[in-house]
Amino acid sequence: MIQVTDLSKRFGQVQAVRGVTFTAPNGRITGLLGPNGAGKSTTLRMLATLLQPDSGDAMIDGESARRNPIEVRRRMGVLSHASGLYPQLSARENIIYFAELHGLDRSVAHARVAELTRLLELSEFIDRKAKGFSQGQRLKTALARALVHDPKNLILDEPTNGLDVMAVRNLRSLLQRLREQGRCILFSSHVMQEVALLCDEVVVIAQGRVVASGTVEALRVAAGEPTLEDAFVKLIGTAEGLN
Amino acid sequence: MRGILTVFRKEFFENLRDRRILLSALVFGPVLGPLVLAAVLQMSVSREEATADEMMTLPVIGAEFAPNLVAMLESRNIKIESRTLDETEIRQAIAAREIKLALQIPEDFVERWARSEPASVQIFLDSSDQFGGDASASRVSQVIRAYSGQISDTRLLLRGVDPTSSAAVVVHEVDVSTPTSRATFALGMLSYLTIFAMLFGGMYLAIDATAGERERGSLESLLTAPMPRRHLIYGKIAATASYMLISMALTLAACAVSLQYVRLEQFGMSLSLGALTALKLFVVVAPLALFGAGLLTVVASFTRSFREAQSYLTFAISIPTLPLVFIGLLQLDPTPLVMSTPSLSQHFLMMEILRGETPAWVDLALSSSVSLMIGGVLCWVAGRLYEREAVLG
Repeated sequence: MIQVTDLSKRFGQVQAVRGVTFTAPNGRITGLLGPNGAGKSTTLRMLATLLQPDSGDAMIDGESARRNPIEVRRRMGVLSHASGLYPQLSARENIIYFAELHGLDRSVAHARVAELTRLLELSEFIDRKAKGFSQGQRLKTALARALVHDPKNLILDEPTNGLDVMAVRNLRSLLQRLREQGRCILFSSHVMQEVALLCDEVVVIAQGRVVASGTVEALRVAAGEPTLEDAFVKLIGTAEGLN
Repeated sequence: MRGILTVFRKEFFENLRDRRILLSALVFGPVLGPLVLAAVLQMSVSREEATADEMMTLPVIGAEFAPNLVAMLESRNIKIESRTLDETEIRQAIAAREIKLALQIPEDFVERWARSEPASVQIFLDSSDQFGGDASASRVSQVIRAYSGQISDTRLLLRGVDPTSSAAVVVHEVDVSTPTSRATFALGMLSYLTIFAMLFGGMYLAIDATAGERERGSLESLLTAPMPRRHLIYGKIAATASYMLISMALTLAACAVSLQYVRLEQFGMSLSLGALTALKLFVVVAPLALFGAGLLTVVASFTRSFREAQSYLTFAISIPTLPLVFIGLLQLDPTPLVMSTPSLSQHFLMMEILRGETPAWVDLALSSSVSLMIGGVLCWVAGRLYEREAVLG
């Protein structure tokens, strides 16, 4: 479970995130929806302990991201915005490397890779060098890498960017499977349809603030609009940056 | 510690598969270095040979006008090749490298000779020629001067004057250099090549640690590993340093092998680079690897892209290496300050070992400990830089 309380971050003159508060429960997919530049990536980076918040904190399964970042990293899988692989290593070696970084024993690591190969359907390219991978293959490998230590929490930063329709469908069914395993899944997107299709909970974020949160249906009703799109535009105050 | 080892192992083996890195670390220094060294030495050797009393060929124009002079040249092991060329043709032939030099004896030589007037001859040469034109020309003019001296002595004697009275001051040059000290330049070159090849061998790994990870988009994922960030960079520095050491070891080995084929004994140099000497050199230079790896990693962490890093690091490598080429000219003494300067102190120690001397323990200790200490500080700085949020770019 991820509990975010009053998180803020400033870069020079820009206040990127202003007091963001929300909760992403276990066994649910929570979508962080907002236009480009709303502060989604910065929020996720603070959760991933890549950035240190100026104020506020995030608790991941009860561990503070601010005070105990290493414990938080053990409990969390991160698929970052640019999920680059090491081109000279095969998909398997890329994943094993992260297993070792997480302190997994060799036998455990190999067992995990076999499991993830089945779950994510990697067998076709698992022993090929990552150099010539397609966008979809790269994403699957990066996702396997993020899941190798079997984290209870998974955060994904704009995971569908640059994927074709089939790959997006696959990712969707995959995230649903991970949800069924009882994990807490938090992902960001600026694509509304995606969020509407996939998420149990939505946190709408604009200009560094949470402007609404709840189920998709609840948001639509609260905004008093007939369609999701109208509801979002009303909540955000502008249609700019939305798809 | 386990994390550092994991990163080290991955960096070490992954980079073995990268052709560009292999080329710079394992091929560039070890192959190109000894080739350059051997070429430089061979060239010096052949220049030296040209001045010795070996058979050389001299194209002469108008040899028929001065048969005695020609005979004198021939007696000094200079083979005369009679040619008929005018001045422009001589110039062209030298420019085209058909001949190195030419001696022209003008028609009026005989006439002026008979009147006891100074009879002139011309030697044509290209003094910018790297292949011994200069040395050959001075050998020819030496012979001609000697001939001229003999004749003028005879003329003075005929007029009843003691020829020695015309020589007010006589200069004798006494060369006190030993065969090995003459080889200083070549030794300096070897030391420069070794240190350069070593630093260059780790360059791409150092770039990869920050700018490369960032450009590939793998840095963020790496930073989510559950270990202190500085441990990640320590592992990378260790991999960089180990590539430097491998690169240096290969360069030394390759130099040792290639020097077997250079005829150094003809150069009067007793430079031997056997296995034991190579091992000593390796041990003496090794502490510089930590310094180099730390320095390059710190510099690379300020760059935004691979390309930018490449140009900065090339520059960073030249700072500790380039001065070594000229240091021989400065006649520096191994003072404590010199011996605690990374790169410079290793250069001095290498030179001592190559000259067959045994470096003082205090110099060895000073050089190693200061290089390791500065290297350690640089690693710590690199760790601090990796902890910054700005490392994400």
